[in-house]
Amino acid sequence: MAEAARLRLALSDDEPFLGHKACAGCGGSLAVRLALKVLGERTFVVLPAGCMSAVGFLYPQLAFGCNAIISTFAGTASMMSGIAAAARALKLRDYHVAGFAGDGGTADIGLQALSGAIDRHENFIYICYDNEAYMNTGVQKSGLTPFGARTTTSPVGPHAAGARSRKKDIFEIVAAHGIDYAATASVAHAHDYIRKVERARTTVGTSFLHVLAPCPTGWGIETSETLEVARGAVDCGLWILAEYEASHYRINKTPRRFKPVADHLATQKRFAHLGKADVAAIEKERDSRWARLRRLAGER
Amino acid sequence: MASPFVRPYVRPRSPEDYPTGPCFTAGHLVETNAAWRSERPVLSVDRCTGCLRCYLACPDGAVLRAGAAVRIDYDFCKGCGICAHECNAQAILMIPEENKHVR
Amino acid sequence: MSVEATARQPQPLFVSGNEAVAWGARLARPHVIAAYPITPQTVVIERLAEWVAERKLDTEFLHVESEHSALSACMGASALGARTFTATSSQGLLYMAECLQYASGGRFPIVMMNANRALALPWNIYGDQQDSLAVLSSGWIQIYIEDAQEALDMTIQGFAIAEHAEVLTPVMLNLDGFVLTHTYEPVDVPAQVDVDAFLPPFRTPSKMSLEAPTSMGFTAGPAHYTEFKVQQHRAILRAARVASEVDQEFGRRFGRSYGGAVVPYHCEGADVVLVALGSVAGIVRETVDTLRARGVAAGMLKLRFLRPFPEREIVQALSTARSVGVLEKDVSFGHQGAVFSEVSSALGGSPNRPALLNFVAGLGGRDISRNDVEQMFDQLQSATVQPLNERVRFVGVDAWKAGELCSPRTIAGGVGEAERGGASVASGFGGKGAGPEVPEGGSEGDGVAGGVPKGGANPLSVPISEENGNG
Repeated sequence: MAEAARLRLALSDDEPFLGHKACAGCGGSLAVRLALKVLGERTFVVLPAGCMSAVGFLYPQLAFGCNAIISTFAGTASMMSGIAAAARALKLRDYHVAGFAGDGGTADIGLQALSGAIDRHENFIYICYDNEAYMNTGVQKSGLTPFGARTTTSPVGPHAAGARSRKKDIFEIVAAHGIDYAATASVAHAHDYIRKVERARTTVGTSFLHVLAPCPTGWGIETSETLEVARGAVDCGLWILAEYEASHYRINKTPRRFKPVADHLATQKRFAHLGKADVAAIEKERDSRWARLRRLAGER
Repeated sequence: MASPFVRPYVRPRSPEDYPTGPCFTAGHLVETNAAWRSERPVLSVDRCTGCLRCYLACPDGAVLRAGAAVRIDYDFCKGCGICAHECNAQAILMIPEENKHVR
Repeated sequence: MSVEATARQPQPLFVSGNEAVAWGARLARPHVIAAYPITPQTVVIERLAEWVAERKLDTEFLHVESEHSALSACMGASALGARTFTATSSQGLLYMAECLQYASGGRFPIVMMNANRALALPWNIYGDQQDSLAVLSSGWIQIYIEDAQEALDMTIQGFAIAEHAEVLTPVMLNLDGFVLTHTYEPVDVPAQVDVDAFLPPFRTPSKMSLEAPTSMGFTAGPAHYTEFKVQQHRAILRAARVASEVDQEFGRRFGRSYGGAVVPYHCEGADVVLVALGSVAGIVRETVDTLRARGVAAGMLKLRFLRPFPEREIVQALSTARSVGVLEKDVSFGHQGAVFSEVSSALGGSPNRPALLNFVAGLGGRDISRNDVEQMFDQLQSATVQPLNERVRFVGVDAWKAGELCSPRTIAGGVGEAERGGASVASGFGGKGAGPEVPEGGSEGDGVAGGVPKGGANPLSVPISEENGNG
């Protein structure tokens, strides 16, 4: 793993995201921290309303060491576009424009702006840290909440068993725009994530990363289990590590055999209520998604 | 790039003493997060292999590289326990945080 | 005003209000323009896009996918210290509503043209003032423009005011939809080099920079938020003085200045005064002239700035009036017009307590005729202090002179007299006296129609010429 070692050592010693008020064990903050260590200090960062802005910018405690600004909830990608345009107009050199938005801020309220920005071929790096619900406001269901998950707006009771809709495939939605570079990642697969941030960093054009960032508070896991649960999602096939580049899909890691979905779901209180039928449905959906992505990637 | 750091802070009293609009020096901290902890990680340096898994795993940037090993920044460690959980060498142990005087 | 001008010979062009704004924006050299099309603003951004394509304007032009994104992008650009411009109207203005407060609270000196247009529902693309008057509290400086020359000049002045270190507040330039945006007037376009001398590049310490990293747009809790808001309020109040200085400097250099936040016309010693804003001031001014010739002590108070609100100037101008009317193209449903509320409130602090009437006219693009304005003055002459809730008159709607329809007593009691009479609002520009008219003599200024062509045809169907002077 010489490549991994190289990337590790290449990381700056600086901690550009420090002193924030995220929950202990927050996957989202790890996603931001690692990405900023790769992108470096000459980065203009945009964050919409959401966990990372809420915990990073409460005057006078300002936890970003690099330039950073909070955008409106819907406006991450459009504010990033404005920054990119001004940087061109002002003839700035050697900089990056990056954004960190949650799943709701990306796939729901922020989708329009993201779509427009990709369409305009903006030169920036958009990172969606996916904790699979509107966590900052108290764990409400988002478009990226997976089927069956308990949230405060898709609760569990005698007549309800958590979210009943399918998780939007934001990676495919973005890829369908013909974006220059897109990838899925996980905070638990740090070397893979760092490599992808680096790839985005050197891409001249628009990049999008979708990184799984478990939330102990919202998922019902211990604060120490964040990475273990992210690994579990990849190992049972519910989270696919893949890339899209130059109109080609590429699956990075194909488990020879998936670990049981039921075991992974059982690690999180948000899935505790699921019965066999729901688990079977989740497995079936996993299988069809893999089949689809493998087809897109040109694999048999 | 300088990492954010804690600095002395005098709260502005009147509007004129505030920055113009929400615009201020980046990385301006006024407090640490040490008081959050109910457990703290303790590192056995002799068991540490320098693999840096904990360094890449800490959500708070509280595990820092130190020579061939790592060290914990107790100002910003929240005691989540991820580092101990992820360490393959059992070099980190979580113990109850007993220091009542951490800021 | 005869002020010695120091500028080069301007280029005379025959342009629409929209094109005049586009010229002002072009001359101001914005770094970034991000805009989304909406009738009747579209020509502004089309011209700008053409000039970019022709390499006559060096700017980053973003085709954003909504108005919310337009203002959001402008804020991002402004956060790097770039000069930014955008334009919108009605539905678009309200779609970006959260961004309005974001921009003013963020102290981003963006200049935005707003084509005043009616708000749905029902859908209506024609001009009225509901849109900008619905967002008076957004923290933006609000200016109301009367003609195309002013549109061009105030776009340039707008940047000077917005970007002033003591202001740092976004500016909204309001032009009446179609009536001003789409009508053509001769305009003097200043030379680029003179505008450059008047409007230097935007410099601010409040920005993100690679040399000095900054946190912007952060959260401020209960302990701090109020102080930021007080700063904002004080800054927009300071804009009054700055706007006056900018106008005077503009006058010195270009030979034209606009006289401040309010423009009184025959208000001194006036008996009846009509307060107006925007392009309708032309008809009101002419009506004042006509009445004065008949010996009526009539006056007009044109409001140019609604924010900061020129309370003192308004009270001063209305200090002798026995009756004051406010003519505006909006109403705050369930109460009265927004401008009327503000003017009435200002007069509450005046020793003079005139009778007050609110004339709501022009909604949805309905024409306001000279006849209408004369009838407003008639009512003012016979007005006595009206009971509360009976001061709103919907011009041209049945029984509007008596204000019956607007009385809660009438409404609460069921169908009002007028409605029982079966009188219907006529189609088109309906209502007695409110139909399109052939203007008597010339209209404001030089005979170029302010929107009502001969023959009574729908003025809004006058084709817009492709030939114009954008050389």
